[in-house]
Amino acid sequence: MERPRGSSLSSPKYSILIPTYNKRLNIALVTYLIFKHLSDINFEIIVIDDASPDGTQEVVKQLQHVYGESRILLRPRHGKLGLGTAYVHGLKYASGDFVIIMDADLSHHPKYLPSFIRKQIETSADIVTGTRYVKGGGVHGWNLMRKLTSRGANVLAQTLLWPGVSDLTGSFRLYRKTVLEDLIKACVSKGYVFQMEMIVRASRKHYHIEEVPITFVDRVYGISKLGGSEIVQYLKGLVYLFLTT
Amino acid sequence: MRHILKIAGLLAVLLAVWIGLLQSSLISPQDALLLPVYLIIALGCYGLGMVGIGLLVFPTCPKEALLLEKDVAEAKAFFREIWGGCQFP
Repeated sequence: MERPRGSSLSSPKYSILIPTYNKRLNIALVTYLIFKHLSDINFEIIVIDDASPDGTQEVVKQLQHVYGESRILLRPRHGKLGLGTAYVHGLKYASGDFVIIMDADLSHHPKYLPSFIRKQIETSADIVTGTRYVKGGGVHGWNLMRKLTSRGANVLAQTLLWPGVSDLTGSFRLYRKTVLEDLIKACVSKGYVFQMEMIVRASRKHYHIEEVPITFVDRVYGISKLGGSEIVQYLKGLVYLFLTT
Repeated sequence: MRHILKIAGLLAVLLAVWIGLLQSSLISPQDALLLPVYLIIALGCYGLGMVGIGLLVFPTCPKEALLLEKDVAEAKAFFREIWGGCQFP
């Protein structure tokens, strides 16, 4: 089997996909932290920027001067096109054996990357997903209402879908590259329902999924993200997944 | 197998058990007819209970916010050194 360039059986390569929109400060901070915590690992960062007006791409180009163009790939798009297609786009340029997806807003802390990698090596898992809802994990910055909706949504999803993971909407995950390619082809949802669909379909296809605890510091203070329309979208997504997976 | 088929199978088994109980004399017909209602109520209570327990033991991590602030400061200092103060406040 042909190996991706720059990797070997003993030292696999990791491609970190980071979709960005208006993340000019955060992308630099995240990049610094990734390099700090993965100093012994063979990896590349692929930034998929959706034509941010705040100069995110200029910052990424400067980061390339600092860390090297082979370590940081900038693969922008011409408009705000959504998460699922961002991963498809980024995957085209990924040369790693494994693909890590994470957010650029520091709610996903790069310090957990070694634990994802370790878990995958220990268990030979196809997917390692970060969970906020187990001991060792957690959330900071959510008020009671937000926690209630999150918990209610989770119980509903667990009852309906039996997904086999504790955190369905999380988007801090490590995938074996071939597995991600397979799943992306099968998933059609948008937004965070897309994240749910990915992990549920992975579970249905009997991929080996492991979890690691992560902490999630919500600096955007989540209130903005949970209006009535979000809840309706979520319920529709649940019904869709219930019927079609 | 599709998930919905698994659920349908489970419901079919429950339905068969219920019909069996209705026809047998183990439970009186009035009680037997109400069994699905009891089941739904039980399911509802279980769900609410899980939400409640989940809220009580919801893992929070206030220390993480502080650690994150430190990391952000460290990263900003690094970039200020190599790029000068113009990039980030």
